[in-house]
Amino acid sequence: MKARQKRLIFVGVAVVGVGIAASLALSALNSNIAYFFSPSQVHAGEHPTDAVFRVGGLVVEDTLKRQQDGLTVRFDVTDNARTVPVSYTGILPDLFGEGQGVVAKGRIGEDGVFYADQVLAKHDESYMPPEVEDTLQTAHAKGAVETAVQSMPAAGNTVTQ
Amino acid sequence: MIPELGHFALILALLLAVVQAAFPLAGSLSGNRPWMTMARPLAYGQLTMIAVAFAALTQAFLTSDFSVLYVAEHSNTLLPTIYKISAVWGGHEGSLLLWVLMMAAWGAAVAAFSGNLPLTVVARVISVQGMVAIGFLLFMLLTSNPFERLFPVPPEGRDLNPLLQDPGLAIHPPMLYMGYVGFSVAFAFAVAALIGGRLDAAWARWSRPWTTVAWVFLTIGIMLGSWWAYYELGWGGWWFWDPVENASLMPWLVGTALIHSLAVTEKRAAFKSWTVLLAICAFSLSLLGTFLVRSGVLTSVHAFATDPSRGLFILIFLCIVVGGSLALYAWRAPEVSDGGQFGVVSRESALLGNNLIFVAFTVLVLFGTLAPLIYEAFNWGKISVGFPWFNKMFLALSPFLAVLIGLGPATRWKGDNPMRVLKTLWWALALSIVVLAVSALPLFGHGSLWVPVGLALAAWLFFAHVAIVRERLRNKGGLARMGPAILADLRGSGRSFYGMVTAHVGVAMFVVGVTVLSNDQLEEDVRMSPGDSHELAGYRFEFLGAQPAPGPNYMAQRGEFKVYRGDREVTRLYPEKRAYMGGGMPMTEAAIDPGLFRDIYVSLGEPVGDDGDWALRLYYKPFVRWIWLGAILMALGGVLAVSDPRYRLAGARARKPAADAAAATA
Repeated sequence: MKARQKRLIFVGVAVVGVGIAASLALSALNSNIAYFFSPSQVHAGEHPTDAVFRVGGLVVEDTLKRQQDGLTVRFDVTDNARTVPVSYTGILPDLFGEGQGVVAKGRIGEDGVFYADQVLAKHDESYMPPEVEDTLQTAHAKGAVETAVQSMPAAGNTVTQ
Repeated sequence: MIPELGHFALILALLLAVVQAAFPLAGSLSGNRPWMTMARPLAYGQLTMIAVAFAALTQAFLTSDFSVLYVAEHSNTLLPTIYKISAVWGGHEGSLLLWVLMMAAWGAAVAAFSGNLPLTVVARVISVQGMVAIGFLLFMLLTSNPFERLFPVPPEGRDLNPLLQDPGLAIHPPMLYMGYVGFSVAFAFAVAALIGGRLDAAWARWSRPWTTVAWVFLTIGIMLGSWWAYYELGWGGWWFWDPVENASLMPWLVGTALIHSLAVTEKRAAFKSWTVLLAICAFSLSLLGTFLVRSGVLTSVHAFATDPSRGLFILIFLCIVVGGSLALYAWRAPEVSDGGQFGVVSRESALLGNNLIFVAFTVLVLFGTLAPLIYEAFNWGKISVGFPWFNKMFLALSPFLAVLIGLGPATRWKGDNPMRVLKTLWWALALSIVVLAVSALPLFGHGSLWVPVGLALAAWLFFAHVAIVRERLRNKGGLARMGPAILADLRGSGRSFYGMVTAHVGVAMFVVGVTVLSNDQLEEDVRMSPGDSHELAGYRFEFLGAQPAPGPNYMAQRGEFKVYRGDREVTRLYPEKRAYMGGGMPMTEAAIDPGLFRDIYVSLGEPVGDDGDWALRLYYKPFVRWIWLGAILMALGGVLAVSDPRYRLAGARARKPAADAAAATA
């Protein structure tokens, strides 16, 4: 009887403890996760305005500009449908380049510029972050549909891929 | 021709593995002795075949045989020879080949060093390893054959990823895999014990040295990876909570729980089913790690080029291994009696606490790593878990762990008197409180409360173990004669004890390193013109400009820095920015002035403007070496523990378990 009670108390304490720990861990998680949004989603206003999030896509050619201080860079990120201007102060990762896939983490400013405090680097030049790949594919699929719709009344308004 | 030979050897290895999986096990169940005796030769044969395949691939690399697709993708005629060899495991296919080679090596080692084990046990263990080998060899032959030919043959290879052209990374994967795969031995022992229904102290004693050796390799592997990331990635961090790092950390955490729980099973015949479960988990998590790395389901800085069919294969394999072994566990474990009772204040309790905390760590890391997948599966959006979360979770639990590490070894098995424990440890406790008070003085200006707490915990860990050693040697002359007494003890039965002490002191060093580094490190991104100076943490960095500097297979811009402290020149640093000829991708080669108490670290960003200006990153990293030194001490502790005469493996002197148990508890 005594051993049984002991075991019950032990199990009870363990369950309560694990429950508390799990809820603490989960609530801490909520303030530490960063959602991913594609440039199209940012344009549609789906992103949070007061929280850190990630935006990703391809760096648009000829948009990489270095500011006066020599450390701040500006570039546009696109999912081939929309673009978001990104500003980042610091050293860019080695594999960063125009036409390459990037994921930036930060906040969006009132001016519509995304101020990144982290730009994700890759080890392998042929690697594309899964989010970016998804984003491009979604935009591609949408673009194809839009092109089809638009090309019916008037050809010429094609979405470049 | 030679690549085909390698391919053929792999197919033969697969056939051998099938035989190895079936016959010795069947023999052990039906009592067919000839079938059981096949186990050892089969394990050697397996190693031979895979070694032939590995040699064939290495030869293809050394001769730059670009008709082999894998070689063409990962090598280049300009690559220095040493990196041609390490390029063998620089990609997915080759690293798998290295993996199976190591698995076969572990299998052969079990065959060779198990003279004192009953034949049935050896047969079963080797059979289980054969089953695992079947999985990996099928995986290689079906989805990732390293010997695939390429036609037409390109004149030049694509080059090895420049990040991998580094001595640290040449040995990091082999070490890591030795650890990962080593847990397959612990797994095989556990499954063999479940099959035989014989789980006892003897089983724990047999599987313990193997598990510890695997753990040592994994510790070293992770440490090398962390060190490599620190100096090679140019970000100055030592741990990023990247999915791939987590994938290696999870088996380590469970493995650490396992080596502690094995101690209880060996000494007290308790925690038996729990230990088996941990052994299964350790290996399953190794497989899960492989799956995460190879399938590309997670965003990671590591990421091999991926292929969905590979991910699917590993997932199925993982399900078979986990499902099969857990089913076996559910079927067999209830029959295992749960051994000795123990009091609330006892070493068992402390080790139970250790196990719970390590399992909690593992669950947290697993959850944090998989959270993006979970969110995506439920359509909650695409997330990434920031590393502050991981840090917070570990910080919340680590203090309890540190307190337990000090208490556990000071407490006796089965039950102890709290006053006796206090009598041993009181001055360690007092000293750590002093450390807490002194380091909390505003004089040192530590903004965070974590610094004094961390330092006090490290002091507690260290002094508690001094006290524990002193207690052990109480009747041998006390502190004054401690040195000779320890040496005498080391020649006798004390090695596993001192191994434990060494590893725990390693933990103390690790805690100091992490605490000081994370609170006092400095980092600054600056733009400097040649001749400029910049001050950081009392060091003045003078930039002398950057010059072109050619390397064997790359072109570099090499910066030159003089670092002063006051008027004294401390060091000169030459960070580089390299462009490799094969891929043309740039690489940052940081320059580091290492020191026991601080590292000074400079990495080149990129040139700015036309006047030779550069964007640079300067770091001051106090106590960063302590993190890796701590890990090295932990590994050394493991080596020392394994060398204990109690485990003498090959000696084939089957000693009486009773005598052993007596020696152990003494």
